[in-house]
Amino acid sequence: MANSFLSIEKLTQRYPDGKGGEFTVFENASFGIEKGEFVCILGHSGCGKSTIMNILAGLSEPTKGVVKMDGFAISGPSLDRGVVFQNYSLLPWLTALKNVTFGVAARFPNWTKQQVEEHSIAFLEKVGLLGDAIHRKPSQLSGGMRQRVSIARAFANEPKLLLLDEPFGALDALTRGTIQEELLKVWSGTDQTVFMITHDIDEAILLADRILLMTNGPLARVAESVEITIPRPRVRTDIVEHPNYYAIRNHLVQFLGKRSAELAGQASAEGETHSPQTVRIDNTEGAGDAQPILQAVMT
Amino acid sequence: MERLSENRRAAIWSIALLFVGLFVWEISISAQAVNTGELTEYEILTGAGTAKAGVPPPSEVAVKAWQELSNPFYDAGPNDKGIGIQIGYSIYRVLTGYFLAAIIAIPLGFLIGMSSVAYKALNPFIQVLRPISPLAWMPLALFIIQDSEASAIFVIFICSIWPMLLNTAFGVAGVREDWVNVARTHELSAIKTAFTVVLPAAAPTIVTGMRISIGIAWLVIVAAEMLVGGTGIGYYVWNEWNNLDLTSVIFSIFMIGIVGMLLDAAFGLLQRRVAYVE
Ligand SMILES: Nc1ncnc2c1ncn2[C@@H]1O[C@H](COP(=O)(O)OP(=O)(O)O)[C@@H](O)[C@H]1O
Ligand SMILES: [Mg+2]
Repeated sequence: MANSFLSIEKLTQRYPDGKGGEFTVFENASFGIEKGEFVCILGHSGCGKSTIMNILAGLSEPTKGVVKMDGFAISGPSLDRGVVFQNYSLLPWLTALKNVTFGVAARFPNWTKQQVEEHSIAFLEKVGLLGDAIHRKPSQLSGGMRQRVSIARAFANEPKLLLLDEPFGALDALTRGTIQEELLKVWSGTDQTVFMITHDIDEAILLADRILLMTNGPLARVAESVEITIPRPRVRTDIVEHPNYYAIRNHLVQFLGKRSAELAGQASAEGETHSPQTVRIDNTEGAGDAQPILQAVMT
Repeated sequence: MERLSENRRAAIWSIALLFVGLFVWEISISAQAVNTGELTEYEILTGAGTAKAGVPPPSEVAVKAWQELSNPFYDAGPNDKGIGIQIGYSIYRVLTGYFLAAIIAIPLGFLIGMSSVAYKALNPFIQVLRPISPLAWMPLALFIIQDSEASAIFVIFICSIWPMLLNTAFGVAGVREDWVNVARTHELSAIKTAFTVVLPAAAPTIVTGMRISIGIAWLVIVAAEMLVGGTGIGYYVWNEWNNLDLTSVIFSIFMIGIVGMLLDAAFGLLQRRVAYVE
């Protein structure tokens, strides 16, 4: 894990509790993410997902612990780590296209204006934004279109790591479905690593190579790392037929419904490290009858 | 019958009100003129009729306006200049004081808006200086600067600085953190962030402050010029009052209103250009 592309080591975040004391959001959280992996993190509201993401983005500093990317500790934000915020965070006085060129021009300062524009338009096209729409201001676009622009802006910068904080949280189910597919389209074929927060179990199964499960806060833990043993390319309507789909889904539902609360709130001994347990569920032929449905491996 | 648009109906009402107002004014003056004919000898001797008879009817003001506006830039000595020249002087003073204020207020407002330490450090001074009537500075300005022209400009400077300073600080402090985070994740320098993110985000609030300031500056210049004299629309009003030429006084009052409206409209236009919908 220490050799992972992204390694989160003994991360602790405390905040003042407003009564003179402090409360611990999470403590000594440790996990790794491999290069090119798509990882989703699931957990109840308030457990600290956004806090972790902001630390990975370099937008905030943890109370303790380090995050290393490619072996180097990160400090502060970087163009190597792109962020898609939940509320899109488009600049409302710029058109959709200008919102993307804004980022591309910052990433590739030596490019000509035309190169920047062509590159930006190409990425807007990849997420299904064409024609007139790209010259409109965010206020004139639907929620789905805004989030497409936001995704295009992040991917057009070709960062090594992409961080997405509940990117589809505010969208209706149908729009969410199409944008999920577009997200897979822009991501596949790249060696980009994605870390995405979501509260939608089906979305996580569709998109992720691995799902990290967090217990409730305070003192939340990244308790499990569930491998999604469904081959890519995945299509929403097909994966539900896959023998592993419901087994994995049930496991996730059980965790979020019951175990996330049961496992919550245990303080840890000094210096103790909390790494998630790897969970691999595979019911397919050839996976071996002897293999238990739930295999927990300590990392 | 075709329904008229709201704007059309409003315009018709405006014109109707204007004519009713002018009509009432005109007939009330001519009624007084009739009255003067019935004054007793005593009343005439004490001058009771003359002051009232001095208020001109709108027709006279219109004639005066026509004369003045058909030759606005004549210059026949210190006490007889065209209305265009007088207004020109006032606008020059207002704009000079105003832009000097903007050059200081906007960068300082940025600083105050970005740093809560700067805000807390400067706030007591602002709170004490802001409520001071700009004309209260006049004697001090005249004494220190020793020049009436520069003193008038200073008074404009001091009155227009506050709304711009406070609105800039307020606008900058209120820039959504998400937008600043967008700049940070794109590794923009502080200067680049200020110009490409903070400035456009705060621009509507800043321009609102600028608009309030220009309005106040135009209010204050008339009073300031009455004090310092020499030239300008304020001086013109006072001079015509001393000449008991009420027609000119009323005409210049209208001109003050119209110039003020145009200045405001210019900033209204700017405001619309920098506006955005979240
Ligand atoms: N700046 C802050 N100051 C104090 N408490 C905070 C701050 N940011 C987050 N928190 C608290 O930390 C916890 C985790 O928040 P967050 O990471 O936003 O949760 P999630 O994204 O999982 O819903 C919450 O209890 C929240 O109230
Ligand atoms: Mg959150």
